[in-house]
Amino acid sequence: MTQSEFLNIVLPFKDKVFRLAKRLLVSKEEAEDATQEILLKLWNKKEQMQDYKNVEAFSMTMTKNFCLDKLKSKHAQNLKIVHNNYQDNNLSLQKQLEINDSLDWVSKIMEELPEQQKIIMQLRDIEQYDFNEISKMLDMNETAIRVSLSRARKTLREKLTKTHSYGIR
Amino acid sequence: MVLDNIEKLLEKYDNGETTLQEEQQLKHYFTQETVAPHLEVYKPMFQYFVITQEEQFTKDIPLKPKQTYTLYKWISVAAVAVLMFGIYTQVNKPITDLSQLTLEQQEAYFQTKKALAMVSSNFNEGATSLNTLKIASESFEKGAEQMNYINEFSKATNKIFKTN
Repeated sequence: MTQSEFLNIVLPFKDKVFRLAKRLLVSKEEAEDATQEILLKLWNKKEQMQDYKNVEAFSMTMTKNFCLDKLKSKHAQNLKIVHNNYQDNNLSLQKQLEINDSLDWVSKIMEELPEQQKIIMQLRDIEQYDFNEISKMLDMNETAIRVSLSRARKTLREKLTKTHSYGIR
Repeated sequence: MVLDNIEKLLEKYDNGETTLQEEQQLKHYFTQETVAPHLEVYKPMFQYFVITQEEQFTKDIPLKPKQTYTLYKWISVAAVAVLMFGIYTQVNKPITDLSQLTLEQQEAYFQTKKALAMVSSNFNEGATSLNTLKIASESFEKGAEQMNYINEFSKATNKIFKTN
């Protein structure tokens, strides 16, 4: 497989890999590093790549596992960045919130979701994969995915409602 | 009517039962400027989904370093090959042991050795005669030193004569 053939396969979904990595790792730099690493891994495995039925799904699974591993090693080192500190400040500023800020809120609330729900929400609501594909990527059955997706959506909405009404008051 | 539909879809959405198409419909509705006030909450959510989907990976795809790496690998392989070849030729060239020579070659070797020994013994004779020359030159030097004394002495006498 030549480089250009490889790029043709990889380019359509490299952004998705990046966004999933960013969803899990939060920081943009780390997500970029993770994406590069995953693309490199794919490149090293390019001989086997023809055998994979769905390279995209395979890469998404790889991304998920890679990022979770990374997070795990970070937890072990006690290096987890805590984002709770500055929430109070933001609450008082809520009155001036414009659209951009409320979008920030959405991403902050999503950060607080459990990792599983984060991944599912990312794959479904942002990347618009269908349930069949997601179940392959995550190795879960579809009903379990629906349940955890519904949970994620509800928490997101509830928290947004809360911040929304704070803003009005 | 539209609003009714949207509300139904939202309920399905919250339960995770919407299809991709229905979700697309919702996204479309909530990216509009005006949304029904009691559904305002959903607006940032869907807008966020739409906007994040456009985020792109802008860094280079790092396939190049891998290739230069393989190039280095081949260069090192070539270097090792050259080195091995050099050692191979170098080891095979000189014959270090007499037993490896044929009889004739051994004969020739001993004869040249003898001849060279003769020459060197003559050299030694020359060297001993050189030694006597050396002794002679040493005594010459002594004589020259004594001449210096005499010179000094004659200078002094000349001075005495001049002052008179």
